[in-house]
Amino acid sequence: MTTTTGPVATRRLILQGAASVAMLGLGNLPFAATPARAAANDKYPEEAFKQKNEADAIKALYGKTAEPSDKVKLDAPEIAENGGVVPVSVTTTLDKVTSISFFVAENPFALAASYKIADGTIPGVANRLKMAKTSNLVAIVEADGKLYSATKEVKVTVGGCGG
Amino acid sequence: MASSIRVRATSNGDITEVQALIQHPMDTGLVKNPAGELIPAHYIQQLKFECNGKDVFVADWGTAVSKDPYVKFSFKGAKKGDDLKISWTDNKGGSDTTTAKIA
Repeated sequence: MTTTTGPVATRRLILQGAASVAMLGLGNLPFAATPARAAANDKYPEEAFKQKNEADAIKALYGKTAEPSDKVKLDAPEIAENGGVVPVSVTTTLDKVTSISFFVAENPFALAASYKIADGTIPGVANRLKMAKTSNLVAIVEADGKLYSATKEVKVTVGGCGG
Repeated sequence: MASSIRVRATSNGDITEVQALIQHPMDTGLVKNPAGELIPAHYIQQLKFECNGKDVFVADWGTAVSKDPYVKFSFKGAKKGDDLKISWTDNKGGSDTTTAKIA
C-alpha cells in the first residue's frame, strides 16, 4: 500500500502547485495595466522643458500664444537677494482654469514649472523658483482653452545657477 | 528611511489648503562642483496629489524649481479625515509616495 500512495501524493501536489501559479498570474494582470494608463494621461512635457527661449517654450507647451490679462495676478518680489530661491505665486479670477505655468525669460531653459488644475481645485499656486539673473517672470493661465499672461520683472542680486 | 515629503493639509469646511515640502537636490546639470566637474541633472519631473481617487493637482517641473521644493494650493470636494496621496518621480527614475490625512 505504501508504495502506491507515494506517486499519487506527488501528482496531487504538482496539480495544486500549477493551479496556484495560474491564479497568481491572473491576479497580477490588473496591477500591471494601471500605471501604464495613468502615465498616458499626464505625460511629462519633455520638449517644452528643453526650449531655451520663452516664446518657443510657450509654443511647445500650449501650441498658441498668450494675451496679457489683468485677471491674472502674479506675486513676486521686486528684488530677490538669492536667485536660487525666489518665492512666486499666482492667483486668478478667471473661470474654467485648466493649467498654470511659470516661465523665466533669461533662464537657460525658460519653462520652470507647469501645473495642471483639476475641476474643483482653486486656480492658484505658490512655489519657489530659481532665477539665473534679473529677468522677466511670466505666468500663464490656461482658461477655457485660451491663454492669459501676467509679467513682472524681478531683480536678482545673486544668481541661482552656481553663483 | 523617513519620507522625503512633508505635507500639511487643512480643511476649513469647503476648501482644503495643501502645503508640501519635499527634500530633493533639484540639480540643474549646469552647476560645477568644486573640482570643476558638472553635477549631473537630478530633478523632480512630476508631482501628483490624489484625493478620493482623483488627481486634484499635478505639477510638471523643470530644473528651475528651487532645491527642496515647496508648493501650496487649495482644492474643494474633500473633508476632514480624507486621505491625500502625494507622489513624485524624478529624471533618474527615483520616486517617493506618502499619504496624509486632511486635518
